[in-house]
Amino acid sequence: MFRHRHLLGVEPLARTDIEAILDLAEDYVALNRRPDKHGVALAGLTQINMFFESSTRTQASFELAGKRLGADVMNFGTAGSSIRKGETLIDTAMTLNAMHPDLLVVRHGASGAVALLAEKVNCAVVNAGDGRHEHPTQALLDALTIRRRKGRLQRLTVAICGDIAHSRVARSNLILLGKMENRLRVIAPPTLLPSGVDRMGVEVFEDMAAGLDGADVVMMLRLQRERMDGALVPSAREYYHRFGLDAAKLRAAKPDAIVMHPGPMNRGVEIDGLIADDINVSVIQEQVEMGVAVRMAVMDLLARNLRAAPETVMA
Amino acid sequence: MTLVLANARLVDPEADAVRPGAVVMADDGTIAEIRADAPAGLPVFDCGGRHLGPGLVDVGVKTGEPGERHKESFRTAGEAAAAGGVTTIVARPDTEPAVDTPEALEYLRRRAAEASPVRVLATAALTCGRQGREMTEIGFLMDAGAVAFTDARPFANPRVLSRCLAYASGLGALVISHPQEAALTEGACMTSGQFASQLGLPGVSPLAERMGLERDLALVEATGARYHADQITTAAGLAVLARARAAGLKVTAGTSVHHLTLNLLDVGAYRTFFKLEPPLRAEEDRQAVVAALADGLIDVIGSFHTPQDEDAKRLPFEEAAAGAVGLETLLPAALQLYHAGDVSLPALWRALSLNPARLVGLDAGRLAPGRPADLVLFDPDRPFVLDRATLRSKSKNTPYDGRRMQGRVLATWVGGRRVFAADAATGAAR
Repeated sequence: MFRHRHLLGVEPLARTDIEAILDLAEDYVALNRRPDKHGVALAGLTQINMFFESSTRTQASFELAGKRLGADVMNFGTAGSSIRKGETLIDTAMTLNAMHPDLLVVRHGASGAVALLAEKVNCAVVNAGDGRHEHPTQALLDALTIRRRKGRLQRLTVAICGDIAHSRVARSNLILLGKMENRLRVIAPPTLLPSGVDRMGVEVFEDMAAGLDGADVVMMLRLQRERMDGALVPSAREYYHRFGLDAAKLRAAKPDAIVMHPGPMNRGVEIDGLIADDINVSVIQEQVEMGVAVRMAVMDLLARNLRAAPETVMA
Repeated sequence: MTLVLANARLVDPEADAVRPGAVVMADDGTIAEIRADAPAGLPVFDCGGRHLGPGLVDVGVKTGEPGERHKESFRTAGEAAAAGGVTTIVARPDTEPAVDTPEALEYLRRRAAEASPVRVLATAALTCGRQGREMTEIGFLMDAGAVAFTDARPFANPRVLSRCLAYASGLGALVISHPQEAALTEGACMTSGQFASQLGLPGVSPLAERMGLERDLALVEATGARYHADQITTAAGLAVLARARAAGLKVTAGTSVHHLTLNLLDVGAYRTFFKLEPPLRAEEDRQAVVAALADGLIDVIGSFHTPQDEDAKRLPFEEAAAGAVGLETLLPAALQLYHAGDVSLPALWRALSLNPARLVGLDAGRLAPGRPADLVLFDPDRPFVLDRATLRSKSKNTPYDGRRMQGRVLATWVGGRRVFAADAATGAAR
């Protein structure tokens, strides 16, 4: 029984919550593959997407998820809005709250900002990424992809490679996959590892061959351009040489290993285009498909709790 | 009028003792006599057997004047100080604009004298606009009454700092440094480590303090300047300080009461009232600082009172302003260390009163004839739950909101004049 009022992160979720979301998402994968894709779970509800940080794919995914389930969806971009005129996050939230939305999907550049906003509004809030903190729907869609490909979400060796330090995707994935009892590895140069990583219950590698050895799942992370210029790694080409995933490095992983990437990819920086496009190993397009289904499931479950008796929903 | 504060337990930081006694206050606002019991024939204030010590001297207080009077004025800061047993505020120059000219300093001192019920001493900026580029008129500012010079922020350029220290040493001026390596602290809002990573907050390594202090002390050794480190908050920083002291370098160091009583886990779910500068540290560091206080390696405890209004704090953690108000909570928070058995009351009073007074050349902090009658009457045991709405500061940004505390100020005298009395003080104190 999923009792949460908001989805602010993976951290507050129990195993059963995660399984409930993924099970429902399976139904929506099937729905999305039908010619008639319309559900009614969010009919009559208003969903506002507030993206304080620009995003194409995540925003599109949430928009489509809402529309497929019959919600009235509004996109609230920040370019040219009053955010740029100095309005505070809380004032913006209060303003939108007065319009009686039912679901707020929020992305913000500061860690904790979505939780702060959730304290001030009456509707359900979905974290679509806050700073370096969490990106729960990404971890859930990754989990769904893994579960479908591997038949289970336990006892897998998962290697996450790249900019762990600045990645909310890595953070949420490590939490979720840890809760599901998998063997976790991170592979990165020390400059891209978060401080205190040695106390996070993961194995740390600086060498791709060792880190990928026997892996069932290989998750590559995007390296932001501004981190390649000598600040954290010397150059894109040295990074690619040491940490870019190509066929030779992938040979260390299990023969049936899958390769994942949250997108958007830098081909030739963190991943060889040939690997990314190889449908025998790459599940990158499937991740995008799972994204819509998982977001439909999350918003469906939150909407049910909007209608449920308040005492059955957690604060 | 001469008044006898009788039937008290005197906390004497110099004699390292707590003993029953009475204080006779003279007409001119000084202490006339310390006695075992009250002399006959003089008006008596019965202290009811409560503790009486020299008033606290809080070095590094930010008031909102000039520039941010909506956050705090000299009146509200002074009232908060009086209620907290702080009889001297040593004001920081990080105002808007900065106190970096004799004219600005004069304005500040005039406003303080008009509005504050407690003494206010002023420090001035070490560099113009606190920009770390050109030094201020240190000589003129001393003439205008500046007791020390500080930019109250990490100093970026060692060449400029070296020149400032050299020039200040020629005048015998005290330089107060905020010893954090500037390039490392930039953009960080928390101490790095597992918890910061979990919250996804940009962190600064505690090494920034060690490196900043090492650099400062090398320059102090070369220039011979009078030097005080405002806040040492890490074990690594304390080790540097201990080595310098052992090598004979005459430097002093302080810490904040927040770093003595809170650790970085108190930030919890992005609670911005716990965003401080420097950031709260790991529990091992907090314990090291407490031990250093007990050993006398740390000389001074301050509140680093930094008023911030609600708007500056009701923001995502990274964007929120740093700092906490502390004048009114300095004593009860510090008494936590006494109740925990970490330090004695006289030792606590050396760090809260005697040492900071000496640091800024103030004749206070002592229970002795001829000294100013700046006194605080308090009950170290009285428990209460702090409600931030009751604070006298205009800004209510305290990390102790809702905390169970022990120890209340009952009355405060500045120069023999009573500037505060708690409603619930002893019968006579009403």
